[in-house]
Amino acid sequence: MGWEWHRPLEAKQLLLAVLAFVAVAVGGLVLLIPPYFLQGSVPPIAGVTPYTALELEGRDLYIREGCNTCHSQQVRPFKTETDRYGPFSLAGEAVYDRPFLWGSRRTGPDLARVGGKYPDSWHWMHLVDPRRIEPRSNMPPFEFLTREPLDTSLTRRKLEVLRSLGTPYSDAEVAAAPDAAALQADGIAASLAQDGVDLGDVGARSEAIAVIAYLQRLGRDIGWRERPIGTASLSGER
Amino acid sequence: MAVVRAFALSALLWGVVGMSVGLLAALQLAWPGLNLPPYLHFGRLRPVHTNAVIFGFTLGVVFAGSYYAVQRLCRVRLFSDALSRLHLWLWNAIIVGAAVSLVMGHTTSKEYAELEWPLDIAIVVMWVTYGVNFFGTIARRREKPMYTALWFWMSTILTVAMLYVFNNLEVPVSAWKSYSIYAGVHDANIQWWYGHNAVGFVLTVPILGLMYYYLPKQVGRPIWSHRLSILHFWSLIFLYIWAGPHHLIYSPLPDWAQSVGTAFSIMLILPSWGGMLNGLMTLRGGWDKVRTDPILKMFAVGLTFYGMSTFEGPMMALKTVNSLSHFTNWTIGHVHSGALGWVGFTCFATLYYLVPRLWHTQLYSVRLAEAHFWIGTLGIVLYVTPMWVSGVTQGLMWRAVAPDGSLAYTFIESVAAIHLYDVIRAAGGALFLSGVCVMVYNVARTILQGTSEVPAPALATVAVAGGR
Repeated sequence: MGWEWHRPLEAKQLLLAVLAFVAVAVGGLVLLIPPYFLQGSVPPIAGVTPYTALELEGRDLYIREGCNTCHSQQVRPFKTETDRYGPFSLAGEAVYDRPFLWGSRRTGPDLARVGGKYPDSWHWMHLVDPRRIEPRSNMPPFEFLTREPLDTSLTRRKLEVLRSLGTPYSDAEVAAAPDAAALQADGIAASLAQDGVDLGDVGARSEAIAVIAYLQRLGRDIGWRERPIGTASLSGER
Repeated sequence: MAVVRAFALSALLWGVVGMSVGLLAALQLAWPGLNLPPYLHFGRLRPVHTNAVIFGFTLGVVFAGSYYAVQRLCRVRLFSDALSRLHLWLWNAIIVGAAVSLVMGHTTSKEYAELEWPLDIAIVVMWVTYGVNFFGTIARRREKPMYTALWFWMSTILTVAMLYVFNNLEVPVSAWKSYSIYAGVHDANIQWWYGHNAVGFVLTVPILGLMYYYLPKQVGRPIWSHRLSILHFWSLIFLYIWAGPHHLIYSPLPDWAQSVGTAFSIMLILPSWGGMLNGLMTLRGGWDKVRTDPILKMFAVGLTFYGMSTFEGPMMALKTVNSLSHFTNWTIGHVHSGALGWVGFTCFATLYYLVPRLWHTQLYSVRLAEAHFWIGTLGIVLYVTPMWVSGVTQGLMWRAVAPDGSLAYTFIESVAAIHLYDVIRAAGGALFLSGVCVMVYNVARTILQGTSEVPAPALATVAVAGGR
C-alpha cells in the first residue's frame, strides 16, 4: 500500500514529531528572522516621534473598543487609495506601534491619515452619535466615552514599559506623563468649547478626549497635510 | 470516556454561544441600533464570536474527537485521567474568561490572539496538559504503527504551541494590559504568521485528523490512498507556515516576503486538494450510503467546501485579486465558506458519530440530522453568496473613478450599497445556527435515551472492536 521508506516514521513517535516540528519551523525562521535583522527593511523617517501620553491612552482606548475590527490603518499604494485617504503607509511610520493596528477589514473607512482631516468637535459629535453626522453610518455610538473619566494611574507605567522595549521616552516625559496628558486634554477641551460642545460633568478629563487626541495624531508624522484642521489637539505642533 | 463526553457537550455549548454572538454581530452591522455600548457593541463582540467558535467549539470537538480516537488507534486508555480532567476544566475556564474579559474590553487587538497575558499563560498550561496527555497516550500504545490521524493531531499540538508562544510575547503593564514586544511591521509579520496558521493548524490540520479517522469509520472502508496521506501531510504542514504574508499584500511589509506568501499560497492548493481527494475518494463505492446517511453527507459537503475555499484562498493571495478583495466582505465570505462548510460540517459529523457511541445508544433521529444538514447547507449558501457579492461591490466602488479621474463614490456610499447583503448574510447565519439548535435537541434526546454506563453485552464488542 504505502511507501516502505515511510514505515519506520509511522512507528517512531519521537522521530515523527521532531520531523514534523522541523517542517513547520523552517518557514517561520525564514519569514520572521530576516526582516528583523536586515538593514533597510524599515527605513527610518525623521518626523516620526513616539505618541504623547494622552495619545497613547487614546490608542489603548481605540484598542479596548475594538475600533480596529472595522477601521484599517494601512493605505495601499494605489492612486484610488491615496486620492481617498492620503499618502500610502510606510513601514517607518509604525516603529512605535505596539501592537500594530493595520486591521483587516474596512467596515468603516481607513484611518491611517485621518489626523487633521476634521475638527475636534466633528470627532466629538461623531463619537457621540455617528448617525447625526452621517445617517447611513453603521458605526456603534460611543457616547459613553464622553462620560467616562480617563484613568491615568497607569500612564507612567505604560511609558516605562514602552521605553524598556525601545521607545525613546525621556525621564522627564515619563515623570510628567499624567500632567502632560492633562495639559494636552485641556487644549482639546478648549477647542471643543470654542465650537460650542458641552463637555458634560467629566469635562476635559473624559476618555473621548484621549481618543480624539489619538485620532488627530494619526498619519501626521510625515507632515503631508498642508492645512490640518483641529490643530488644538497637537499641543506644540511637532 | 467521561472526559470525551464532557468535551463534546462543552463544544456544543460554546458552539451555540459563539454562533449566537456571531449572529448578533451580523445584525449589528445591518442595524447599528442593536449595539449596546459599552459592553455589547460590535467592536467588543467580534472577538468574542471568533474566539468562542474557534477555541470553544472547534477545539472542543478536536479534543473530544482526538481523545476518543487515540485510545482506539493505540489500544490504550488515555495517559492520565487527572490530566484529562485538568485539561477539560482549564479549557472551559479559559473560554469563560475569554468571553468575560473581551466584553470588558481587555484585548491585545491581534486577531485570534486577543486574549491578555494572564489568559495566555493559562492557555499555554492547558495546551501543555493536552500535549503531555496525548503524546503520553501514544507513547504507551500497543499498536506499533501510528495511523495518519495521529500525525495530524501531533503536528497540531507542536505547531500551535510554537505559533501561540511567539505571537503572544508581551510585557505586562497591569493585570489586564500589556504591550507587544514587537512593533509595527515586525508585529504585523509575526501576527499574520500566527493568524494564518491559526487557520492552518486549528481549523485545517486537526480537522483533517477528524476526517481521517471518522470518515473511514462511518463509511466502513479504509482511507483511499495511504501514499497520498503521506504526501499531503508533509507538504501541507511544510507549506502552510509560509503563506502568512498574503494577509499583508500591498502593506509596508518587504515585497519579497509578500511574494513568498503568494507563492506558497498557490503551492498550497496541491496538498489541500490532496486531502480533499483522499477523503472524497474514500467514499468511492459508498456513495449509495451518502444518499441515506446525513453524517456522510456532512463529510462529503464539508470536504467539497474545503476544496472550494482552498482554491479561493490562493486566488485571493494573488496581488491583482487581493487589490480588489482585501479589506472587503469577500474575506469574511471566504473564511466562512471554510469555517461553516468544512470545519462546521466535519465537526458536526464527528459529533453525530460520537454521541450515540458515547452514550451507548442509537442517534435519536436520523431525519433530524438530515434536516440539520439541509438547513445548514442552505444557511452557508445564504451566508457566503451575499458576502462574495458585497465584497466585490465594495472593492469595485472603492476603485471606481469618474471620467474626470476623480473617485466615483464616497466611502459611505459603499457602506450603504451592501446593507441588503448584510441582512441576507445575517439570515444565512441564523439558518446555520438554527440547524445547530436542531442538533442540540437531537443530541439531548439521544443522551436521554442512552446511558453513560457501559451495558454488559457491549463490553464484549469493545474488546473485539478497537483498532481502525
